[in-house]
Amino acid sequence: MGEQLIGEYVDHAPGYVDNGETKIVTSRFEYSDSFTLSRYAATGGYQALGAALARTPADVHGEIRDASLLGRGGAGFPCGVKWGFCPEGVWPRYLVVNGDESEPGTYKDRLLMERDPHQLIEGCLIACYAVGLSQCFLYVRGEMALAQERLAQALNDAYAKGYVGKDILGSDFSCDIVLHWGAGAYIVGEETALIESLEGNRGMPRLKPPFFPAAIGLYGRPTIVNNVETLSNLPWIVNNGADAYKTYGSETSPGTRLFAVSGHVARPGVYEVQHGVTTFRELIYGDRFCGGMRDGHELKMFIPGGGSAPWLFPEQLDLPLEARPVGGAGTMLGSGAIVIMDETTDAVRACLRLVRFYARESCGKCTPCREGGVWLEKILQRILDGHGRPDDIDLLLDVGDNISPGPYPRAGWEAEGLEPIPFPPKQTTICPLGPSAVAPVVSAVTRFRDEFEARIKTRIPVNAAVSAAHSAAAPVAAPVTAAD
Amino acid sequence: MSRLNDTNLATAHEIISRYPRPKSALIPLLHLAQEQDGWVSEAAMAHIAELVGVTSAEVMGTCTFYEMFKLEPVGTYLVNVCTNISCQLLGGEELLHRAEAKLGIKAGNTTPDGMFTLEDVECIACCTEAPCLQVNYRYMSRMSPAELDLVIDGLRADEFAEAVPTHGTLARVRQHIPADRAAGVALPDSADEPAWMARNRQAEDGSDG
Repeated sequence: MGEQLIGEYVDHAPGYVDNGETKIVTSRFEYSDSFTLSRYAATGGYQALGAALARTPADVHGEIRDASLLGRGGAGFPCGVKWGFCPEGVWPRYLVVNGDESEPGTYKDRLLMERDPHQLIEGCLIACYAVGLSQCFLYVRGEMALAQERLAQALNDAYAKGYVGKDILGSDFSCDIVLHWGAGAYIVGEETALIESLEGNRGMPRLKPPFFPAAIGLYGRPTIVNNVETLSNLPWIVNNGADAYKTYGSETSPGTRLFAVSGHVARPGVYEVQHGVTTFRELIYGDRFCGGMRDGHELKMFIPGGGSAPWLFPEQLDLPLEARPVGGAGTMLGSGAIVIMDETTDAVRACLRLVRFYARESCGKCTPCREGGVWLEKILQRILDGHGRPDDIDLLLDVGDNISPGPYPRAGWEAEGLEPIPFPPKQTTICPLGPSAVAPVVSAVTRFRDEFEARIKTRIPVNAAVSAAHSAAAPVAAPVTAAD
Repeated sequence: MSRLNDTNLATAHEIISRYPRPKSALIPLLHLAQEQDGWVSEAAMAHIAELVGVTSAEVMGTCTFYEMFKLEPVGTYLVNVCTNISCQLLGGEELLHRAEAKLGIKAGNTTPDGMFTLEDVECIACCTEAPCLQVNYRYMSRMSPAELDLVIDGLRADEFAEAVPTHGTLARVRQHIPADRAAGVALPDSADEPAWMARNRQAEDGSDG
């Protein structure tokens, strides 16, 4: 793959793999000009908008509610139900599109924005019409220059054709879509932090409950925050109806979903698969999908839903790609990012890399996350550097318990008689970023405690070169324990 | 460095006019300043503060939260190598070390000629094409160490000038809402029920009565 890059710059990184299955949101990905208005119009584009405008807003809202479209951002809350949380008679209401995709392993939304921006725009308009949202802000991650460019061009073209703005398609439906982009902060993907950022502030989450954005959001007004993939489903649902949508996927998780499978598989890629029907085993080993592990290697563990999700192991391969069973098994489907690791993977090193992410990205508002994440990182770093202390493993779990008290969700382990602890974790922080730092620690320590112990016992730095680069950060004293 | 120039000032006013409250334009305006100068200077922040009606301290407060805003000059090319999990599994850290060796600097620093700044970054959303990097936020994927050398040599020789603009420029297409097509901002205190909602509600009330 690499050689094509030399001396030339690729427009968009490849990534999407057509598996010959149902296509709901990726139906235009096969065209090289999929992002243009002419291609969009030639393939049924903006017909759903016209169809929606011919119906009442309540009717369109009802159609989406009936489709049981689950939010694709991570929490998996039903979209139509969320829309219904706007308090009656309070105006104006806003739509904020969450395109700040930053979860480690995730990149379905970037592809949707780069390759089919008009589909997203049409989805935004359908949402605004159905719920009475007066203005839409499309918040794209700062680092995604091409997505910003494609959306800006798409919006300019759509405005010129009368699809967006004043008196859309000659009706009394008027709504501006304002393209906005961030500037590098993972936490802004949390919906209340996103709203703070959109108000021009530091992106720190707001305390909730009691007030969710649907009641008190942007500028204190009712605000719907929806994920890019969620909104990209709307044109199809309006065109084909909720009943047709529900023929795909499972009863509780209809439709399709995009999964980004990365790591040690033969054919990594972003796949559109039927929600809730396909299993992890099919996705990883199926010929239409990833085609198994890279040559001659065996699966050691995998992350089923982005860096924040507790890890799963070969025994859990037959779980379906559906929120409820995966939650019961001790983890989450999250943002549809599956990271596959084979037997060559060093559990301590992988754990450190994930923890370091959360330590770096903590916004600093809540003490357990701001301090705890960094402590976890430093303890793991010294274990990896060969300076681990005998009680460091317990110390890791203890620090984790201060961020997320009580039994932390994890997969079961039949051989050791361990039952799964279901998702979600408890938290001493406002948002789930803090507890996310604990997920890799509990997963790795539970399952691969021997690897940690071996590191501590031998006190020999492994991968010294790699570790040295990361220990550039000044070694600050670890939390003092009784044993010290 | 400087305040926004006349062209950018006009763009700034256009951006501010799209938001119900001017402070919302803060991040877009900081990007505009960074596009102009390659970094965000104090003079630019003071100018933005005037434009949106907040203090310079508030602008700095927001600016310093976000990683992409650089408060001192950086290289023409910002090379961001991802070392997060998916890239780590396939050699992201080794790629970073190769970049450090090739450029002769540690991550977080700028070459003496001001050409390159190297960063060790978090997940840049290109995970299935690991290991990957961005140059001024343009993707280069499935990079081998040898290819990384070629990319850096190519950047030095100006071979990528077309594809990769200098640091500070993100989208090269700007949104423009024509005045006759704009629906207008929804002011938070307007309490206006949207026309199409009011019409449908009245129709429903009428049919009930």
